[in-house]
Parts: sequence; structure tokens; C-alpha cells
Amino acid sequence: MSQPVHFHAAADFADRSLAAVNDAGLRRNFRSAMDYLQTKRRAQFTDDGELELLRDLGQAIRRHALANLPDLLEQLEARLTANGVVVHWAETPAAANAVVLEIAARTDAKRFVKGKSMVSEEVGLNHALEAAGIEALETDMGEYIVQLAGEAPSHIIMPAIHKTRQQIGELFAARLPGVAYTENVDALISIGREVLRRKFAEADIGISGVNFAVAETGTLFLVENEGNGRMCTTVPRIHIAITGIEKVVAKLEHVAALNSLLPRSATGQAVETYQNFITGPRQADELDGPDEVHLILLDNGRSQAYADLQLRATLQCIRCGACMNHCPVYARIGGHAYGTTYPGPIGAIISPHLLGLDAAYPLVFASTLCHACVEVCPVRIPITDILIRLRNEAQARPGSADATLRGSGAGRKTLVSTIWRAWSLVYSRLRLYRLTSWFMSRGRALSPIEQGAWTRSRTPLVPAPKRLRDLIKERGK
Amino acid sequence: MEHPHGLSRIYPVKPADVYLFATCLIDQFAPEAGMDTIRLLEREGITVHFPEGQTCCGQPAYTSGYPEEARAVARLQLDLFPQPWPVVVPSGSCAAMMRHHYPKLFADDPPVLAKAEELAQRIFELTEFLVQVAGFAHPDSGEPCTVALHTSCHARREMGSHETSAALLANLEHVAVVEQARIEECCGFGGTFAIRHPDISEAIVTDKVASLKDSGTRRVVSADCGCLFNILGRAARLDEIAGSPAPTLEGEHIASFLWRRTGGAEQ
Repeated sequence: MSQPVHFHAAADFADRSLAAVNDAGLRRNFRSAMDYLQTKRRAQFTDDGELELLRDLGQAIRRHALANLPDLLEQLEARLTANGVVVHWAETPAAANAVVLEIAARTDAKRFVKGKSMVSEEVGLNHALEAAGIEALETDMGEYIVQLAGEAPSHIIMPAIHKTRQQIGELFAARLPGVAYTENVDALISIGREVLRRKFAEADIGISGVNFAVAETGTLFLVENEGNGRMCTTVPRIHIAITGIEKVVAKLEHVAALNSLLPRSATGQAVETYQNFITGPRQADELDGPDEVHLILLDNGRSQAYADLQLRATLQCIRCGACMNHCPVYARIGGHAYGTTYPGPIGAIISPHLLGLDAAYPLVFASTLCHACVEVCPVRIPITDILIRLRNEAQARPGSADATLRGSGAGRKTLVSTIWRAWSLVYSRLRLYRLTSWFMSRGRALSPIEQGAWTRSRTPLVPAPKRLRDLIKERGK
Repeated sequence: MEHPHGLSRIYPVKPADVYLFATCLIDQFAPEAGMDTIRLLEREGITVHFPEGQTCCGQPAYTSGYPEEARAVARLQLDLFPQPWPVVVPSGSCAAMMRHHYPKLFADDPPVLAKAEELAQRIFELTEFLVQVAGFAHPDSGEPCTVALHTSCHARREMGSHETSAALLANLEHVAVVEQARIEECCGFGGTFAIRHPDISEAIVTDKVASLKDSGTRRVVSADCGCLFNILGRAARLDEIAGSPAPTLEGEHIASFLWRRTGGAEQ
């Protein structure tokens, strides 16, 4: 079973989003899932004052971490090393995969179990392992489902949210030997657990993500609801954690504050079922735990965002997914249409750094700028301001002061920029505006019935017979 | 009245004079909404000044990623309001542009930035101004009716003026404001988004039209013409497709609705 390599395909956004809006079943799945998640989140934050205070705190903690990023990363590495964790730095996805493959080769590991990790999706780790003849089984139930279906996650928290329980029942019956169709959710989970439980015991290496890496203590903090994360990080003899360089925080107490926002914003849970604080391999006097613990710290374009004081806020993200849960565009097209590892509003602002603006620029236009994401973001990322900035970058004249990112200017189209120049000319020259708007109202009978994309779905816009400025003038007489 | 975080502001006492920035959409497509705005303000004993040099706030280019083109247009508006009077804008979206985004647009040009920041402090969305500054309190003299309120995303999340729009309607004795599903969700307009992503925009606005109709009314009011044109244009097209003999959803700017309900001229 192979997952498609999907994260370089942002250019096909228009086709995929069209297919998605015309898929009634998909639309229904996402609508009901988003409604459910929005309601659950709202129920968690009944006190607006508390929420706003927490968001201020979350923002301050993340901004503090990013303002001290180089120092904190050094401190993290030193602490982790002292705790017996091997730290690896990876600039690219290929480098991250190479680290994993080297460890596998050295230890003759053939079987991997994986906890949920979006960074492992980002680097395409499963493909790299598969190519090396290594089985890597996803153990998060949602991830397991999309892996079984040969798909990619459609949501960063709930990877299989695009599927109904009926579809999952059909999938299990088709792919798992001896399993009969059922749409009973508890039964489906038991079936999945049965398969996974055996694999934990057999695995050589466990892979996990990291929610926050604490610099002062060298602690990897990992949350989950199924216990599979704890299994992946304790049962196999080697644990490899992989995360982005931005996930560091200065102090252990910062985890408490951020985690009072994370599950409530993400799934509307007061707290996760499992919170793992990982501080190193098994010590001599301990019964459980792996012999080796590794942490891979991935850059993959994040340093470009870090270097720009406005775009740095992108890295404040704690990956709760609330922005996509509240996005009117995401609710209509789902996660796969974006074609990137990270979909929705956060995907649109982080992907240009991971993939280059030339590959990702269509996504920065896939927003109505309604601010729903900004309103719910637990760490107050100014997502819409960043989207506007990336739109500027995407259409900047190459070589101009506005073109500062990898792939800037790739979205510039001569016709479109000519239209905007003309628009600007009309609306910034009063005489020209007066003349143009006068002609539009006097010639209203001649207004086109076909107004391009507007009239594909709507009746035409027709100018009023007299402009407001004409009515005011007449009234003054 | 509670405001979204960061949107609270101190309101001036009722002034003798205000400027009207009417927006390009009202000037060209909905001038009656502009006239009703003037009438509402004048009835409060306020003299309304309409600087003839106004064109557009520049938001279409700003949100489309053409900052230079947006600056050229916005720059023209900055000199139109020399007196220290409030500037009333009958659109939450355009008001948010002038109040919150002008300072960002001119961040690298200190002399102009000072001007933009000064102006930003004086920008008020119409319903915000009527409630918080003018103390609007006129009895409803219309026949009983139902209406749905659509508040634009920028009114709701950047100006906090969804609450003042709702308060004005709530004070109309014979008007029942209906509950609608997902009232806080975008209508799918998004300026040039409607043109750039017509299919997604259509999907969103179709849902918006459905939830408005499901709310049990045939009339929607809004303080934003952009959303209104999008919603009503889609509703009218759906009526055409269905062969409906009469419109199933009608709407108007909240200024016109308020003016008519509170004793303004019959339409």
C-alpha cells in the first residue's frame, strides 16, 4: 500500500477544488465534521475573558521562543544530549529520511510503527522507508485508515475526517482478511486495535512527532488520545522523534499554558487522554523504555520564515487545526484539494516556505480573508495579514523590493497586473473616475449581461442610473 | 456593549459635523443607501459633508496583492478629511480597511503613515456611529415584518459592528429578526476571491442563501453592499434557474431599512 506523493502539487489546486465542491458526499462529510468541531471548541471556551487571556499568553510564549530560537535550540540540544537523546539536524526532507534510514541500517531494523506525525508526512518518510524495503505501519487510527486506503491525511489532527464510518467499514472489509463489513464505530476501532496491538510487539523502531520540545529540561512533550503514541515511544527498542525547529519552548511551565489551548482548540477536549513527557532512553534502574532515543530537528524552509519579522509569526503555530475547522473554504473543499501536507489557512501560509512560493502560491489566494481563522487561532497568528503579504510576494516584480522569498513573482501575470494598473489609475485620478463612473451609470443599459466569473453564479451587476454624487448634487440645488 | 478583543474604542460625543465616505459600490451601484445614510445622520442634527474627491478605499487591490496600486488609490482619500470630524462609512469592510489597514499600507512612509493613523482613529462604521456616537433612538413605525441580518466578516471581526447592527434592528418594535444557521460564516464574496475561485465562492454563497431562506424570512439586510450583491445576485440566479415567478429573497442596505422603518419617506 502506497501513499501518493502529494505535497508538490499545489499548482493543481483549481482542478482539485472544483472536483471537491462537486462531490456532494465529501461536502456533507466535511460540513458535519466542521460543525461538530466548532461546537465542541465553543463549549470549551465559555469564558471569553479567560480565552483572550490564554491566547495572549500562548502568543507571548511562542513569540518568546521564536525571538530566542537559536539559543533555545542550542540549549535543547545540550539538554537532550545530557539526557542521552541523540540530536540530528536536517536541513531538507532527504536529510531527515537519511537519518532514519541510517539508524535502521545500523540496527538492522525492518519493522516500524508510527505515531501520528505531520512532519513525517512532510518529509515523505513512509515512501523513503518503503523504497528501502521497510514496513512502516501507522498506528494512529485515522492515519491507519488513510494508509490502508492509500491516501494522505485530509486534516492535520483528524487525518481520516473526509471518510464516513460506512466508507471505513467498506475499506476494512475490502483490505483486512477475514473482516466483515460493519459501520459500528466501536467495532471498527476494535478491529483496528487488534491489528495494531500485534505490530507494536514486533516493531524494531517507533516513530513519533513532538508537540513541544522544552529547552530548559530537554523534554519532548507529546499528546495523543489512543495510547498508540506511548506504545510507539516505549515498546520498540529505538524511538525516533521528528519535528520542526520551531517547536521549541523555553520552559517546562510553558507547556502547561500551551496545552491548555491545544486540545480545546483542536478537538474541543478539555485535556488529551495521554500526555507523554519523554526525557531520554531507559535508564539502568528502569524497567521500560527504549534503548535509544533520537530527535530529528527539521528546517525544510522554516528558516526563511524565521528570517522575516512578519512571516516569523507563521512559526508560532501549535498545529491545533482550529483555523481549518473554521475556514469556509476548507469546509467546502476538504484537505486533499490543497495538495500540501498542511491544508487550510495554516497550510497556505507555511507551505510557501516548505515548497517555494512558485509551487504553493495558488494556496495563498484560496481564502476570502474572512478572519475566522484569526479569530480562533490560539496563538494569535495574523493569518490574513500574512496571506496578503504572500499575495504581494507571489505577484511581485522579480527583482523588486517586494520579492524576497524563494519563488516570489511566480504568480505574476501580465494581464492581471495590467488590469490592476488600469484600475489604480482610474480610482486615483478623480477626473478619470468621474468620467468612467459617469459613463457606467449613463450607459447602464449597455452593461454586459455576461460579467465573467461573477455571472456564472449570479445575476449581473447593473450600475444605478445616477451615482450618489449626482444625487447629492441635485439635492443641493 | 462587548467588543471582540482589541476592538474596544473610546467614542466621542455627538458632533455637529461628520464626513461621509460612501464607498465606490454605493456611489455606483446603490446610491439610495448613501442617501439614506445622509438622511439618518441629518435627522440626528448632524451636518454631513461629502468630499467630492472620494473614489474607493483601495481594498480590492490591497487584498489582491497589489499594494502599490492600492496605495495610489488610498493616498487620494487621505487628504479628503481635513477637519477633525468623524468619518462615517456605511460598510464594515471599507471602514475596516481605513481603520485597520491604512496604517499597514503606509507603514514604510512615515509622513503619510502619521496621516493614515490620525484618520484611522476617526473612522466609524455607520451602525457603530449611530449607536455609540449619535445615540440613535427612533420608534419603529412600520408594519410587522421579519428580517435576517447578514453582518460582513470585516464588520464582525475587525469592527465589532455586527453588534451595533443587531442592536439597531432589535430596537425596532415590529421587526422580528430571525435566527439563521451559521450566521458568523462568510458569504463567499471575499472581493476578488469571487472571481478568482468562482466555484468555491458559489458553493459558499449557495449555502448562505439556503440558510437565510431556511431561517423563515424573505428579507435580508446588511451594512455591507459587497456581501449583499453577492447574496442577492446568487439568490436571483437560483430563482431564474428554478423559474420562480417572484424573488424568494430580497434585501437592502441596513441604512435604507432603518430609514424607512423609522418614519423616513415611503418607498
